[in-house]
Amino acid sequence: MAGIDITDKRPLSPHLQNWRWHATMYGSIFHRVTGVGLYGGALLICAWLVALSSGPEAYAIIDLILASPFGQLVMLLWLAATLYHLANGVRHLIWDGPGIGFDPRTASLWSVCNFAFAVLGTAAIWFLS
Amino acid sequence: MVELTLPKNSKIGKGKVWPKPEGATNLRAFKVYRYSPEAGGNPRWDTYWLDMDKCGPMVLDVLLYIKNKIDPTLAFRRSCREGICGSCAMNIGGNNTIACTKGWDEVAGNTISIAPLPHLPVVRDLIPDLTNFYAQHAYVQPYLKTDTPEPEKEWQQSPEDRDELDGMYECILCASCSTSCPSYWWNGDKYLGPAALLQAYRWLIDSRDEATGERLDDLEDPFKLYRCHTIMNCAQVCPKGLNPAKAIAKIKHMMVERVV
Repeated sequence: MAGIDITDKRPLSPHLQNWRWHATMYGSIFHRVTGVGLYGGALLICAWLVALSSGPEAYAIIDLILASPFGQLVMLLWLAATLYHLANGVRHLIWDGPGIGFDPRTASLWSVCNFAFAVLGTAAIWFLS
Repeated sequence: MVELTLPKNSKIGKGKVWPKPEGATNLRAFKVYRYSPEAGGNPRWDTYWLDMDKCGPMVLDVLLYIKNKIDPTLAFRRSCREGICGSCAMNIGGNNTIACTKGWDEVAGNTISIAPLPHLPVVRDLIPDLTNFYAQHAYVQPYLKTDTPEPEKEWQQSPEDRDELDGMYECILCASCSTSCPSYWWNGDKYLGPAALLQAYRWLIDSRDEATGERLDDLEDPFKLYRCHTIMNCAQVCPKGLNPAKAIAKIKHMMVERVV
């Protein structure tokens, strides 16, 4: 495309610079971001399992890290990411399967609900556990 | 390729702030993207103050008022002024739409920004280069393709089959949807974009068309069709209220259905 050819002297029109985001656009990028985050979460589970099988000393180290404020923050974000990715993943299944929920208003509302589910779900699980 | 910032030559500088009209009580500011290939240099935001009591109701009226009464150098495309030609598509208040059917009172904020359609090479001011967009429309072969000999009169279609085309034939090719799509921003050279895919689907489901398999073959590609991640910007901005995201999902369905 001419605009992204560096030899093109014409300027590229602004995109993210002056775009006003809809709820669905936040919904989409957060699905991507939480998806990437969950890879980190999977590595964390592996580390935890390896430590568990390596004996009490190794487990004590990982337990200390996870109980630290930083560890707790990671756990909190991981929980929120899991819940959001789950809710939005179900929405993707419904989009791809029965193919409903494409009306822009419905889709926006649904995105807001997914965020609300993640936030409220995280709060509920965090305080109940 | 994802590039979140603008290239060096595209960064937008501060431009001229035109004086406020005297004696006006109903003032509104418009921040308009300006670029002149003759003057060179970087694009800039010019600010125009308008007495809204003297201006028509639409954003296109605002642009015409600026061009006629304030600054004749402002360049933009427009033709029908009734939402059927698609010429005046641009980014107004952060979202793409056509200026002629968008009332300035519908746009939030004290200052309304008006910029060319996003992520395209700018020819001048609000005029982007849509060459690639039109080439993509041509790629989907938006016309009837048949093998059977032509009937003596017209190709016939039942009213029910004709109804299937509602919500697709209304597309005016303004490019608001395609240039609203982040996937199209990053991969516009390989991903066909919502507008072209909506038209692809319009011909895929036309009961008279006999090239369905061939058309699907042409779309079976990691980029052309499958770069759609259901971000939904296309359906959010379409000034005709159409839903390319839904059409793309239906094409994906057709792809699956023909192999299972």
